[in-house]
Amino acid sequence: MMQRFLNRINFTDIALWVIGAALVGLIVIGSFKTLAEGNYTTRQWLDFVVFGIAQGSIYALIALGYTLVYGILRMINFAHSEVFMGGAFTAYFAADAMAKSGFLKANTFIAILILFAIAMATSVLIGVLVERIAYRPLRRAPRLVPLITAIGASFFLQYTFKGLYGDQFKAYPEIAALKGSYTLGDFNITKIQVVVIVSAALLMLGLYLYVQYTKVGKAMRAVSEDKDVAALMGIDVDAIIVRTFVIGAALAGAAGILYAITFRQVNFFMGFVPGIKAFTAAVLGGIGNIPGAMVGGIFLGLFESVGPILFLDGLDVPAPYQLKDVIAFTLLVLVLLFRPSGILGERLAQKKA
Amino acid sequence: MSNILTAKTVTKRFGGLTAVNTLSIEIPEKSIYSVIGPNGAGKTTFFNCITGFYQPEEGDIVFNERSILGLTSDQISQRGISRTYQNIRLFSNLTALENILVGQHALLKSTLFGSIFGMAGTKREEAEAVIEAKRLLAFVSLARKGDMLAKNLPYGDQRRLEIARALASKPKLLLLDEPTAGMNPNETEDMTKFIRRLRDELGITILLIEHDMRVVMGISEKITVLDYGEKIAEGTPKDIQGNERVIEAYLGRGSAAQITA
Amino acid sequence: MEHESNKTWWLQAIQTGLIGGIVAVLVSLIGMVESFHERDIIAGQITMGETLLLLLVVTFSYFSSRGTEDTPLPKRLASGALTGLITGSLAAGLILLGKAINLREVFVNASPSLYKILTFENENTTIALMILLVTGAVIGLLTALVHVIPLTWRRATISGLTIAALIALLQDLLRITLTPFPEFSKSIAWMFGSRGQEGLSVNGALVVFIVVTAVNYFSATRGDAVRGRVRALPTGTQRALRWTNWGLLGAFLLIWPQIAGPYLSEVSNSIGLFILMGLGLNIVVGYAGLLDLGYVAFYALGAYTMAVLTTIGGEITANFELTFWQALPLAILGAVLAGVILGIPVLKIRGDYLAIITLGFGEIIRIMFLSDFLKPYLGGSFGIVEIAPPTLGGTPLNTPQTLYYVILAGCLVALFVAYRLRDSRIGRAWKAIREDEDVAQAMGINLTTTKLLAFATGAAFGGLSGAIFASKLSTVYPHSFVLLVSINVLALIIVGGMGSLPGVIVGALLLVGLPELLREFSEFRLLIYGVLLIVMMLNKPEGFIPEAVHKRELHESDNVSTPAGA
Repeated sequence: MMQRFLNRINFTDIALWVIGAALVGLIVIGSFKTLAEGNYTTRQWLDFVVFGIAQGSIYALIALGYTLVYGILRMINFAHSEVFMGGAFTAYFAADAMAKSGFLKANTFIAILILFAIAMATSVLIGVLVERIAYRPLRRAPRLVPLITAIGASFFLQYTFKGLYGDQFKAYPEIAALKGSYTLGDFNITKIQVVVIVSAALLMLGLYLYVQYTKVGKAMRAVSEDKDVAALMGIDVDAIIVRTFVIGAALAGAAGILYAITFRQVNFFMGFVPGIKAFTAAVLGGIGNIPGAMVGGIFLGLFESVGPILFLDGLDVPAPYQLKDVIAFTLLVLVLLFRPSGILGERLAQKKA
Repeated sequence: MSNILTAKTVTKRFGGLTAVNTLSIEIPEKSIYSVIGPNGAGKTTFFNCITGFYQPEEGDIVFNERSILGLTSDQISQRGISRTYQNIRLFSNLTALENILVGQHALLKSTLFGSIFGMAGTKREEAEAVIEAKRLLAFVSLARKGDMLAKNLPYGDQRRLEIARALASKPKLLLLDEPTAGMNPNETEDMTKFIRRLRDELGITILLIEHDMRVVMGISEKITVLDYGEKIAEGTPKDIQGNERVIEAYLGRGSAAQITA
Repeated sequence: MEHESNKTWWLQAIQTGLIGGIVAVLVSLIGMVESFHERDIIAGQITMGETLLLLLVVTFSYFSSRGTEDTPLPKRLASGALTGLITGSLAAGLILLGKAINLREVFVNASPSLYKILTFENENTTIALMILLVTGAVIGLLTALVHVIPLTWRRATISGLTIAALIALLQDLLRITLTPFPEFSKSIAWMFGSRGQEGLSVNGALVVFIVVTAVNYFSATRGDAVRGRVRALPTGTQRALRWTNWGLLGAFLLIWPQIAGPYLSEVSNSIGLFILMGLGLNIVVGYAGLLDLGYVAFYALGAYTMAVLTTIGGEITANFELTFWQALPLAILGAVLAGVILGIPVLKIRGDYLAIITLGFGEIIRIMFLSDFLKPYLGGSFGIVEIAPPTLGGTPLNTPQTLYYVILAGCLVALFVAYRLRDSRIGRAWKAIREDEDVAQAMGINLTTTKLLAFATGAAFGGLSGAIFASKLSTVYPHSFVLLVSINVLALIIVGGMGSLPGVIVGALLLVGLPELLREFSEFRLLIYGVLLIVMMLNKPEGFIPEAVHKRELHESDNVSTPAGA
């Protein structure tokens, strides 16, 4: 056994373990020092945690889109970030109109539902179009080709939105009913965060039930196991694929609204970073695994919110928040290196020769 | 005659499925040895264990008196084992000639810098490699087709090219995975003769997975039969032909009685 | 697709027309039409904006009138006309809508000038709409006729039109190069629009069109005969011919900056830097099949290493103050090291994951370079200034024309290395990995070292390009090293042809040169990239100059002249 192990180990494996250990070491030392220095109050930490969970919920919703499509087509839908953006951006115009006309204030709940509807519808439209035009013809092409098409689609969408609507940041109106927060001792949560977390949770629950217990859900799982066999079983593979894109896009659209009411700003480029983060979350939880995407999203949100301060402050890194994306990407790399199947993921099947 | 390859109680599992179960085989040097069995019996999995593509959970594999367990496939290839694949796996977008040249990779020594600076040794080695590759092409009757892309070759040519590529590394043991699949009787006949030549002229030990019984019975010196990952029979073609368990494995329980009745 | 009955042909035509119309509306609303309108294709007659709309109608009508070999002519004509009509009507719809409500609140480019263009500057709306509909139908009809023209003539005319359009677009380029030669000034005046107007004159356009069409036609029909005759020439003569061709090209490249002037030299320099990067990424993606979306990291490392080593600015702690030539090998080395370090974690990762991780690496590098954390060493968002330019015997080479030679040298070296590696043992190993990694390993290829070598070599080229870039600008900012650069390089090798060396050059000329020369393209650059990537992947994933074609041509000449393995 030992012999076999030694035969297979080589320089790069050692290098990897060293790098991994160094990173973990940094994280641990940094965390200890930060906590030891005690510069942050419990209240502040709790704020970070709550923020992280809310942010993570948004990531989770977007991540579900990635994981669903990956599960079924084994490809990364690079354009998914623009599906997210498209919904939020388009709904902006409605939000703006509703705010100006007073409708928003008068019927806040209905107004928000309308926004969700518009965003989700737009996202679905974009998602389905991309699938139809860019992905479907390339289903049997070598791996590189659909990926590049996806990148092309992503750029195309970004810059079409820029062309249509300009490159200014658009400000979502403030929703009076959502101002303020709830406090319980040191624990503080804003109303917006409540809406975000609750909506996300409901949507995720809905999705889980749908996939587990409905006929369509079963069909989706069948297609993601083996497309060809599913077709032989009489399942309309194309329709199921479209359905998958629809669901993923709808969730992304919802995430868009949640993002918009949290950060109050939309712009043609807003999809890029959340997209990558959401993909990280999907991989983190186990790509192709639905509960995994949810877990991964929350985890990433927390990691990103608490991490910079916790890890880096103790190491005397100035302005640690600038590096929060670095932390997210590093997490991605670590996961893909040491546990590619993710937190909840199943072992990907071994290839046959 | 010594054994060139010995598998000792090799076991390979995938989760709950045991694909190969305590398989022990001894393959004499310079023999033509066949492994047969119904689909899913674990034959290709066994091949994959030998070539280092899978790592068996238990057991050992000894090649030329050294254990090759745990080695990576490039290391095993360098030791002298080559193979072809059940579903042809050529380098589609490379030419036939290039495919063979890649096969020679382990034998060549040119480095990156040698290639860039056009050093004399590198140039010479390349020229010789090309000559050798062309010779191999001729050996498998593909002499005029060196510059065709592998994916554009007809099926029979692709199979032969794969063998040429496997021969390029001057192996001592050649694993052929269903070399006559999809061939008509004439082509099968040619392939059978060709396999014999490989052993007779080049002294290579051949380990064969085959479904075509005429081929198996025609050229094998010894046969091992697998079913559900286990060895159910072993012996000369004559031994295997009458073996009830073998017949049942292929044709189902009770067939043996029907056939011999 | 064949079993479309007579009943549905007009439905198809309408469907195609609707799609065409949506595209036309979209193209108008993103501002492309307006922006392109600034430039004339045929002076005083037709602008690029109008051409764009025209092309849209033509393209969609072409598709709808394609049918099969036996589709009768009237049906073709009807399909084409119908599609054109629908496309036109959607554009008309836009105008009507625009007149009714103020679209500008939402769509920033729905401006009055757009409407002017679409209505061909007709005040009377009804007339304008009629014109749109009729023009659409007529153009559609004419396009349908194209199918009836024999193939050779069709190809010839299309190249005639394309080249004419290209020359019209690049008229700046041509004018600037030919200006120093007074003999040409009369021809220039005749060919191109009078001063102030761009594009070809009507005469010029006709001449170009006729000439190119004729050349193309004769090349198609008589070309093979000529090629055969050339190939039948004695080997010595053939070789002499080839050397002469290369020699002429070489001479042209050397004199270019002198005739081109500073602006065009600057454009050439940008193209050159991207060719360098393209050659590097070509090794990683084209040869080895490792999809690297973070290639900009090597560019950044080369640039920053050069910056840190040669800066005399004093903003950062480092104080090496080396010369360009001293720092250059170190910059390349730095990039190579980065290539190895970034390559190690991704050795076992494939496909899409590899793409995302490398993208992550690129971003990590940029963010780190931007951060306050590394500011004392790397200048943060202020970057590093006062970087040394290359020098030749004491004189600094810091004008576009002089830098050109440095970049040219770099490109030639890179081309040479890439060329040598392509047919070498390691080149084959890379390609084997690209085709089938597991089988490659079974052939005795050590995946680890081979992949790392790919990253390292690719990184070296990127680093070289980055180092020269830093010197050229004499400053570096983290903002120059965004993901867009990686995508840019990737796009150009894909469009040019992955794995092919001339492909990289063509890709760079198209995707870097054209946007630099045509402001209008540059505005919509990324959008066009996106469309281009999608279209290329759907239709011609091997690029404009595919790898294998080149090789086959090379081998054809081998069979005639030299023996094995040249």
